[in-house]
Amino acid sequence: MSRRMKNFRHLGALVVALALFAAACGDDTTTTTTTAAGATTTTAGAVFTPGALGAVTVAPGAPIEIRALQAISGEVSFLGTDQVRGAELAIADFGQVDGHDVNLGTPEDDLCSAEGGQAGAQAIVAQANVIGVLGTTCSGSAAAAAPIISAAGMVMISGSNTSPSLTSDLAGTAGSNWYNGYYRTAHNDLYQGATAARYAFEELGLTKAVAVHDGDPYTEGLATAFANAFTALGGTVTIHAVNKGDTDMTGVLTQVAADAPEFVYFPIFQPEGDFIIQQKGGIAGLETVVWMGADGLITDGFLAIPETAGMYFSGPDLRFGTNASATGTNYDQLVAAYTAAYGEAPTAVFHAHTYDATVLLLTKIQEVAVQDADGTLHIDRQALRDALNATSGFAGVTGSLSCDAFGDCGAETISVIRNDDPTDVAAGKANVVYSFAPGA
Amino acid sequence: MADLSVPKLKLNADAPTLAVDVFLFALRVLLIFFAAWALVGTIAIQVDGGGLTATAWRDLLVGGLAQGFMYGLIALGYSMVYGVLGFINFAHGEVFMAGSMSGFFVADALFDNGMWVNSFPLAFAIVMLTAIVTSALIAVIIERIAYRPLRGAPRLIPLITSIGMSFFVQYAVRGLVGDGFKDYPQLPAGLQQRVSFLGLDIEGIKLFVIATAIVSMVALWLFVERSKTGRAIRAVSEDKEIAALMGIDVNKTIVTTFAVGGAMAGVAGLLWAMLFRKVYFLTGFLPGIKAFTAAVLGGIGNLVGAMLGGVTLGLIETSGPRLLNGLAWKVPTLVAFVLGAVALATAVIGVIRVRRSDPRTVGTALGMVIVGVAGTAWGFIVLPGAQVVIPGTSQLKDMIAFVVLIGVLMIRPIGLLGEKLAVEERG
Repeated sequence: MSRRMKNFRHLGALVVALALFAAACGDDTTTTTTTAAGATTTTAGAVFTPGALGAVTVAPGAPIEIRALQAISGEVSFLGTDQVRGAELAIADFGQVDGHDVNLGTPEDDLCSAEGGQAGAQAIVAQANVIGVLGTTCSGSAAAAAPIISAAGMVMISGSNTSPSLTSDLAGTAGSNWYNGYYRTAHNDLYQGATAARYAFEELGLTKAVAVHDGDPYTEGLATAFANAFTALGGTVTIHAVNKGDTDMTGVLTQVAADAPEFVYFPIFQPEGDFIIQQKGGIAGLETVVWMGADGLITDGFLAIPETAGMYFSGPDLRFGTNASATGTNYDQLVAAYTAAYGEAPTAVFHAHTYDATVLLLTKIQEVAVQDADGTLHIDRQALRDALNATSGFAGVTGSLSCDAFGDCGAETISVIRNDDPTDVAAGKANVVYSFAPGA
Repeated sequence: MADLSVPKLKLNADAPTLAVDVFLFALRVLLIFFAAWALVGTIAIQVDGGGLTATAWRDLLVGGLAQGFMYGLIALGYSMVYGVLGFINFAHGEVFMAGSMSGFFVADALFDNGMWVNSFPLAFAIVMLTAIVTSALIAVIIERIAYRPLRGAPRLIPLITSIGMSFFVQYAVRGLVGDGFKDYPQLPAGLQQRVSFLGLDIEGIKLFVIATAIVSMVALWLFVERSKTGRAIRAVSEDKEIAALMGIDVNKTIVTTFAVGGAMAGVAGLLWAMLFRKVYFLTGFLPGIKAFTAAVLGGIGNLVGAMLGGVTLGLIETSGPRLLNGLAWKVPTLVAFVLGAVALATAVIGVIRVRRSDPRTVGTALGMVIVGVAGTAWGFIVLPGAQVVIPGTSQLKDMIAFVVLIGVLMIRPIGLLGEKLAVEERG
């Protein structure tokens, strides 16, 4: 026995170690997306005390200080850079505030992580003359940055956070990561879930649905939002899950088929989405199901898959049309200015949202600023929050912004598209069959 | 006055050993208990009419078989190299990926010139040949540059080297073809439809995958068992030095082993691409780990075991989550009470054995007492009517597969068909 058995024992230990490793790796390939609602770092206790937030005094000739806290390094740096540029263009378009320049300073990096959000926020609040922050890029960073910025009496407006935990459940309950002074011009994920549910239930007349997520907080949140909205409308939903890294979807599809759904909502990413849609044909009982993905799957590669013919997708409607910002700029002009200034077309879509966020912030600063005879400006922090809370029908490139009590100011319409012809991806993207505006 | 002190019981083992024995005993009982609950529950739910339809079970099993045969094909390579050299070649998953990747470029070109659609069998043969040759070649090159210089070194050294090699191949492929997903062209309509086989309507492609895997497996078996080279491989795996004395060229034999294992990975790579139609530079990682697992499950060094392990793993992966749903079956009171009684009996037997204090069994006996007492309480109080509802069980398929693996290895450390290896494997 001895030696041989010993070898096997080592082998057994190795297998166990590898099992753990593989299990860890399954989750490791986190697709961080524009709207990735990051890990919800729950910071205990709201810290806001009403009133007595102090004020910022800007001496004559001195600039008004605001900051950007965006993901400017790492794999989603294209999202953060895009938003920093949106802020810069907005400051240029807005011009001076009561005779004072606006200084964005050097952007802080949110690293698309809680640690980055926390470090960046601490660096910003150390500068007592900063009034507001444009950011973060990632919801996970915002969850860590918001309590610090809120406690310092500052405000922050994000152009790309979508996690419901940062604001509210849209039914009057604050999210676990909501702090006073937090605002966003991006949509709340709940709107997207609700849009998908409404379309399936009200327009398609389907009452039995399945939602599939991949364990990522963003996809799980969206699947849950859909399920809640669909149930509220009177339908029945079961939730299934896959792993990131799965290729064989036979198991999950068979279980989905066992629930006999009429509608399947799978707001996940590539390549797992590809495997689901390509393998559904091999499972009995899914022949007549209507399939809907979310914005994570609206990519040229996915839409070109033959099996996506007739499939639906929910996502923010990015056709901003001729909406003009308070600065007079519309989206086409913004893109032209962007391209002229940076030598490349926009790398993501959230520059428009941060443009609106910046214009909104500067407008409200101007609104509450009290000017002395010598040009000195006094900006009361509480007054600024009150002014932002009162935002209603504010003209933005992305639409008309109105803030609710928890900082959801997004104007964006959520739409549903149908991919009729996988050989013509552009037509599929433009084939909007349903639109749902927040607050409607 | 009577002496009320408890008679001193001396356990012939130290505390840490006892704790480990008790823990292992409890773990085994728990694994078996939950496995039985899941199985019985699934059957009970099925009988109640709440389970899957027959066609759904068919889809699950066929999917599991197709997946499992591919694991098995890859596992052959792990097993053969382990049999001959006694270490795990972790770069084998990358050999599989390389075959799949090279096949893509040929398939794509053949699709563009119409051959893929017009004469699919010929096109498939060409792509298959490409994949096999590429994989075999890469396996041989890896052996030559990364393992041969280390022949005779402690077996941990080539193991680490193989992990390094794995990364090297992954990122070399990424450098060559980029990090995007490569989409294989669609299969001809005939393969996408269901075909009737033994009275079952099975997807053509899955039947094709299973058939190809079985043919490859049989060919390999004949090669190893019947051909002269095969005999040489077996001789080298028995004892390299004696084989050399018998006039066998050991290096050549080892190269052949790598080439044959690589070829099998090439076949698997192509079948994988047929089934999932997507390949990128990390495609080999997870299947590689799982195939290694399959090889260990089946008894590493044993070719039939590798195939059996692969198929078992595939089936567990697809049907395991469904079986986990069997835990939602409410345990009937009678069953719970019977279990409680069994646990009580176990505890009693345990007490008897503890008192006997045989140093070899005292740990297990103590485990029987503790688990028996806990089980009695559980069986009579918690279990009646208990059910466990787990949402999104499909997410847990890897976990279930590995728990089963660990369970099998705890009960049978040499794997399902490991017996033969005990003779064959001699470092």
